[in-house]
Amino acid sequence: METKETVQVNNESVFNVSDLSVSYGDFVAIKNVNMDITKNKITAFIGPSGCGKSTLIRTFNRMNDLILGAKVNGTITYQGVDLYDKMVDPVQVRRRIGMVFQKPNPFPKTIKENITFGLKVNNMTDNMDDRVEKALTQAALWDEVKDDLDKNALELSGGQQQRLCIARTIAVEPDTILMDEPCSALDPVATKKIEDLMQELVKEFSILIVTHNMQQASRSSDYCAFFTTKTSDDGKRRTGELVEFNETSVMFTTPDKELTEQYISGRFG
Amino acid sequence: MENVNNLRSQLTKTITRPIEKIVKLFITASAFAAILISISIIFTLLTEAINFFQDPAVTFKGYFTATRWTPTFQNPEYGVIVLISSTLYIAVIACLISFPLGLFSAIYLSEFATRRTRKVIKPVLEVLAGVPTVVFGYFALNWITPNIIQRFIPGTGVFNALSAGIAVGIMIIPTVASISDDALNAVPNSLRNGSLALGATRRITSLKIMFPAALSGIIASFILGFSRAIGETMIVTIAGGQYPELNLDPRSAMYTITSSIVNVSLGDTPHGTTAYNALFALGITLFIMTFILNIGSDYVARKYRKEYE
Repeated sequence: METKETVQVNNESVFNVSDLSVSYGDFVAIKNVNMDITKNKITAFIGPSGCGKSTLIRTFNRMNDLILGAKVNGTITYQGVDLYDKMVDPVQVRRRIGMVFQKPNPFPKTIKENITFGLKVNNMTDNMDDRVEKALTQAALWDEVKDDLDKNALELSGGQQQRLCIARTIAVEPDTILMDEPCSALDPVATKKIEDLMQELVKEFSILIVTHNMQQASRSSDYCAFFTTKTSDDGKRRTGELVEFNETSVMFTTPDKELTEQYISGRFG
Repeated sequence: MENVNNLRSQLTKTITRPIEKIVKLFITASAFAAILISISIIFTLLTEAINFFQDPAVTFKGYFTATRWTPTFQNPEYGVIVLISSTLYIAVIACLISFPLGLFSAIYLSEFATRRTRKVIKPVLEVLAGVPTVVFGYFALNWITPNIIQRFIPGTGVFNALSAGIAVGIMIIPTVASISDDALNAVPNSLRNGSLALGATRRITSLKIMFPAALSGIIASFILGFSRAIGETMIVTIAGGQYPELNLDPRSAMYTITSSIVNVSLGDTPHGTTAYNALFALGITLFIMTFILNIGSDYVARKYRKEYE
């Protein structure tokens, strides 16, 4: 690969995104993204619907591979390795970069099996009971389910299901967790629990989160990327673009860009 | 008050809409026709079957214990067990063929196939489902038996249970495949993504997550396939032969419920005789078997739907 240039791999960063664009067939969902994602921090992606933030987050663990016609241009390196190199196995990538989805999606199995499934897949079959307990404890769910580990996970409440999904993700010991609007299907109480949980988890993991909720981004993230859609000159196509990437504290007080300020203050979007 | 009366007179029924009523009557009658037809079929079967059992030569005990089915012989025997065992035997052979092939093609279609291959395979399966069973019957008799079975298993008769079972199995592959495929497709995509995001391969995802999640639908497809195998008539009549004694050798001819009905009804058995009435006893026996299976499949499928609501 000739991309050896002088891309300074910062020790602190876990992902380096350069000139990234993602398209589905002829439709370009998002383009020209350049950003470094810092390790052990929470990075939030915000922006109006259709700005490509969910598309972007799926490129970090190659979940876009599963969508027919999706094509990624540019590079994302993960700790220096190009994720889209031909030799990279997406299965191995996903074992290190976990993902929590918009709607809680526990498997229709018992609570315990939801966690042991990932452990078995990743050959982590030693001390399974301990690993289950540890993951559920880390996900702040242990006390609520410790007596019902053999209960079907679908019987849990939405918020509990989402924490179970977080538990099964962290059980396989990834180093990064991608969260695609993890609270959008939850009530405010459950949302608060997930946000508190993120503050705990970030000590151990790097977290990327897509959110629609501006307060959530300002409350819980360290860095924030603001995306918006640009309509093409003929008015037919809308493509997502990165407007500003900044420390959250800066972005929500003195953003660099006019557009960011308008969005944050609720004047558009 | 004036206004209210005015409005009331405007809203009062003045027009009778005859077409509304006629159309409603017509569509209601159509809906009830199916019920009426079912009831009359059951009624016919039952009355004739009762006639059959009222013949002193026939006993309930004999019906279920005799090991020969020879209603047209001098000393007739009515051992339905011969027919039931042949029917189940051939149905089981058919299931051994159709369950794995149907299920694997469903898993392939829903989990592995690209949209393009799916576009080819789906219609081909539907063509297979549209082949008339008489064609399958002659395919079994004239192709499967001489080219496959007699080549590998010498001593097999021209009419044999094996080729009939294989052909019935091929016939029900589309049933199993398409219902299983529907069941797999009904599993939310989010489960598939959840599994893959944990680093599971496609194989593990399809076998450990998608397959169990769709299991009840898949079992329903199996029951329905089995039920179709039991009720299949043409193939077994053409290729399965008519061996009227209890026997469990797949190389020899057998005699299923359906083919014995065909044979008696095509022959010159006079109306009202016991041999003739036996048809209806067989009919009701077959009806009860497939009815139970269909209800079973319906129950499993219903239970399955509940899981994701």
